[in-house]
Formats: sequence, structure tokens, C-alpha cells
Amino acid sequence: MTTLIQAFAALPPVAGHGPWPRRMVDETIWEGLAEWLSNGHGTFLSLWGDSEAVHMALLDAPEGVSVASLACRPGRFFPSVGALHPPAIRFERAVRDLSGQIPFDAPDARPWLDHSQPYAFLASEGEGLHQIPVGPVHAGIIEPGHFRFTCNGETIVRLEARLGYVHKGVEALMTGANLERAALLAGRCSGDSTVAYAIAFSRAVEAAGGLKIPERAHWLRALMAELERLANHLGDIGAVCNDAAFALMLAHCSVLREKVLRACAACFGHRLMMDLVAPGGVRADLDGEAAWRLQELMASIRAAFPQLVELYDSTTSLQDRTVGTGVLKPELARQYGAGGFVGRASGRAFDARRALPYPPYDRLRFSIPVLTEGDVNARVWIRIKDVEQSLGLIEQILERLPTGDIFAEPTAITGEGFAMVEGFRGDVLVWVRVKNGLVERCHLRDPSWLQWPLLEAAIQGNIVADFPLCNKSFNCSYSGHDL
Amino acid sequence: MRKLLFQTVAKKPLTEPTPVADDPELLALAQKLKQKIDATFAGSLAIRAVDAGSCNGCELEIHALNNPLYDLERFGLKFVASPRHADVLLVTGPVTQNMREALQRTYDATPAPKWVVAMGACAGDGGVFAESPDCLGGVEKVVPVDLFIPGCPPTPLTLIKGFLALVGA
Ligand code: SF4
Repeated sequence: MTTLIQAFAALPPVAGHGPWPRRMVDETIWEGLAEWLSNGHGTFLSLWGDSEAVHMALLDAPEGVSVASLACRPGRFFPSVGALHPPAIRFERAVRDLSGQIPFDAPDARPWLDHSQPYAFLASEGEGLHQIPVGPVHAGIIEPGHFRFTCNGETIVRLEARLGYVHKGVEALMTGANLERAALLAGRCSGDSTVAYAIAFSRAVEAAGGLKIPERAHWLRALMAELERLANHLGDIGAVCNDAAFALMLAHCSVLREKVLRACAACFGHRLMMDLVAPGGVRADLDGEAAWRLQELMASIRAAFPQLVELYDSTTSLQDRTVGTGVLKPELARQYGAGGFVGRASGRAFDARRALPYPPYDRLRFSIPVLTEGDVNARVWIRIKDVEQSLGLIEQILERLPTGDIFAEPTAITGEGFAMVEGFRGDVLVWVRVKNGLVERCHLRDPSWLQWPLLEAAIQGNIVADFPLCNKSFNCSYSGHDL
Repeated sequence: MRKLLFQTVAKKPLTEPTPVADDPELLALAQKLKQKIDATFAGSLAIRAVDAGSCNGCELEIHALNNPLYDLERFGLKFVASPRHADVLLVTGPVTQNMREALQRTYDATPAPKWVVAMGACAGDGGVFAESPDCLGGVEKVVPVDLFIPGCPPTPLTLIKGFLALVGA
């Protein structure tokens, strides 16, 4: 197999693609790469359609990231990667829906984001089995999706999710948009990760145009990214406990979360920090008073959070619900390249801030917490440890924030760029082709694409009543996935 | 746990004073409905949230309404799990093609009298997604809207002001 990767790496890179190479491949290499993935090498990152071709992004093949592009056969056919490597299946279904290329020999030919046809759920038959359909409109305040449970008594035998309800056509809207509008759209793929998306989109555009942004802008981006991570993790920790009927944690965590959001509004003018990061830098600066306010916020969270961690850890009725529930096996997390707390609670030590470092993370001290248990409890603990890391990162950034400009106006950019940025739930990937400052094609891949299928695996053998708990511990984005 | 609970009891409540509706446009719109709702629901409302294609930013702020600082329930407003228990549908998102039927069915399942609040720029006219063929471009395209709360996303305070004026507090 090494020979195939050598052959792939020896192909000439397409001009104007940065920072990692993109290579045109033939069907032999394309299929070889699928087989290489299925043999447990590298990691599949994404697959998307373009006007004439399909692209596949890979990790460690052999350099950090590489993109393989295949010109489709007449009739827009391409060999299915999903036939050999299951994580690609939903991507190929979406490619067919969104840009019309057809994977041949694909294991699942049903549409995915296109809901215009009646949908056939997979059959599960056997004595004593019954089905519970749930959604798209759920009992709580959550995003819409349909979950089809097949159960034996209380025990879930199979879960099949149907997503796509919040498909807004973001990638199609991107085509032809100028950078300003495109950044607005990118920041609204998944509102909870608006900063991560805006950074990923901006970095991809900046890579396409070879645009250097001011140093201070890098640091302010990281500051916003860590505040976003902090707010989301605090919200999640409380919400997971609340789904185990322990409302006290939610009350306390949501107060901390609210404090973060108010500080963000006071410092940057928006609670979720939407539209503050754009190609060229950032749109809002931090003055001395605001920096002081953030320092105070860090101190107040540092004072309050340890008590909550202790409360979580010492409440046996809560532990009874979270320990051993919804176990995701490390093999599956690896195979699917699951990012964020889902991957890191199941032994996959990937974090884009460390694996594919971007400024200023290459100059900051932080660790990447990893656990191997893979249960709800482990996913809560990764968040707890992430909170501690983010607090440390924010303090370092405030201490060392360089002075200077925060924005460099992008000129009419032409080129192709790629970026991976660590959002709170995992790596957000953006690929973009820009011509004279207008987006020709943009692909945005939420980490949830590779986490949703794993929820179906993790829930097997659990009871129906534990589904909300497991689902919240995964906290996949519907909007980010449905695009 | 006992220590934390004791501290909580000993401290002042975190919940903040009642905000007043100071946005004249919002106030004007909401007051149109005030009298009817006073008469019909005696100042208490059951709200059912429906995400019709939101980016989930709006949902984050709906969640914030339930935190101890805003504590929506003290105003007699609470979120319910079923449209059959609801007086108000709080709808977010530009209404995707794929959510059209679900939104319509949720509306139909809500017993009359009922009110629809469109929350956020998307729910108003589709927002940044207005031109997409995959979106209908606002809640009004599917069900009648009684109140629009602007913002992207509207802050919890804006939401409370809208609701408050709605029930006439
Ligand atoms: S109004 Fe803004 S926050 Fe709300 S769903 Fe639309 S884009 Fe998201």
C-alpha cells in the first residue's frame, strides 16, 4: 500500500492550491486511496463535488492534509469510496443531492439532504421488535431531525437517523458570493460554532490568496475561539446533567455560560461573536478595559467551576446515569476520524490546534485531554478538561496579545485554499476556490458529519430513556451537517 | 452538594429585575396583541419552540431564557414539550423546504386560539438565506405570524421584552 501513497504523493500538485497540495488522480489511484483508508491507514476527512470533478480530503497521506481530485466519467460517475470505507457513504449521498455526481457501486443509493422523495428506512425485523419514530420536531428546544428506533422492550436494537431537515443550501448560496457575504454565510452554518467557521473560512480564503494578516488579528481570533469553546462546553456540561434529571448543574453552568456571553457582548459587541472574523483579520478590537473584564471573568470561572466539577463527580445518582452509558468504541472513533470530545473520549487524540497548528496556537501552552472509556461520562470529562485548557489559553492570550493592526483588506483574490480549525465540537474544514474576489465553490464540513453515524453505534444496547443523554453528550450540529 | 446548596440559599437570588420594553416598534407590535391575550390566556403563556431551519444561534438564546438570570418562568411563560399544550409557537429559521410540512403540522396540532412569534432575521424574511431555493424565506410563507422579534439572534432581553409586552406585564 505504501507504493500507492508514494505514487499519489509523487503526482504534481495543482497550481494555486494552498497550504496543502491538491492532486488530480485517475480512477486507479482514487480506488487505491479508498482501499488504503479501508485498511486502516490515514483518515478520511471529506468528499465533495465540483462542477466537473469530485474531491476527497485525506489526513496523513502522507503529508498533513492532501486533496485528491478525480474528473468524473461521462454521465458524472465516479467510483464509490463508501463501498470500501463506510465513513464516506453519507458524503457520497450528499454529493449526489447537491452537485449531481453519482458514485457507482455505492452501498446506499438513497438521497440524503434532498427530501423531495419518500424515504425508505432500513428494515429491521425480528420477534418482539417494535419501532419508535421521533422527530423532526422534538420535545425539547433542539434542532430538527428524525430518529427511527427499533427496540426490543426498552432496549434499542437499532437507531437510524434521518437528517437534512435544516438544509438551507449554504454551499449553493456561496457560489458567486463576494467574500463579505460568503463570510456571513459561513458564520451561519452552525451558530454555536460561528467563530470557528468564520476563522476556517477566512483562513481558507487567505491561503488561496497568499494573504498575510496582522499578528494581532491571529491572537484576537484565538481569543474569540476560546471564549466560544468555553461558553459551549459550560452549556453542554450543564445540559448533559440536566438530561440525567440533575437540574442543579444546568442552573449553575448556565449562569457561567451567560457570564461568558455577556463579557463577549461587552468586549466585542455580540454575544455569540458573529461576523467579527472575516478574511483579512478581525472586525473588532479589544481595548484595555475589555481585557480587564475578561481577566475578571476568568477569575470568577476559576473560582466557581471546581465546585461544580466536584458536584458532578461526587453525585452518585448522576454518575449512575453517565458512567458506562452510550459507549463509543475507540476502533470506531478512529475509523470515522471522529473529532472533538467524541473522538477524544474514545482515544482519538486529534486536535487541529495541535496536529495542523495555526497561529497563535503554535506559540501557546495547552494540552489535549484524551480518555479511552468512550461513555457519556468520558465525554463530559473531556469538556471539563477542555474548559480548564481554554481558561489557561485565554489568560495566556490576554497576557501576550501583540499590538498593531487587526485587519488587512484582501485584494481581488484568486486561488484555492483549505483550512482546518478546531471548533468546540471538533475540526471544522473549509475548502474554497475564489476567482477575483468571488467564491466559485466552497465546501464546508462540520465535524458532525463524522460523529452522527457514531451516535447510532454508541446507542445500541442502551435503553430508549438514555437516548437524550447520549445525544446531548455527542451534541452534534444539525444545521452544520445539513448545510 | 450540601455546601453548594447552602451557599445558594444564603446568597441573593441571581435573577435580575424585570426589563421594560423600550423599543417603540417592538412595543407597538406586541401591544396590538396584548388585550386579546390578556382576555384569552389570563397573562400566562405556554410556548412551543419550532426550529424551521435555524443555524441554531437562535436556539442558544432561547435556552438562555431559562437560565437563573433571566428565569422566564417567573413571568408566567414556560416552554412546553408538545404543540398540543401550547398557546404560542416560537418559530426560528428561514423555513427550509424540508421543514415546511413539519411546521405546518405543528401549527395544525396547536389548539386555537394560538399565536405565532417569528424569532430572528431568518424567520422574518429568510435573512441571509432568503435567496436560496431550499428555503421558503420566512415563517409567514407557511403560517400566519402575529409578532416578529428582530435580531440575529435576538438577545434574551429582546425576547423577554417581546413576550412581556405580549402578555401585558
Ligand atoms: S436569525 Fe441569525 S441566529 Fe437566528 S437562525 Fe437566522 S442566522 Fe441563525
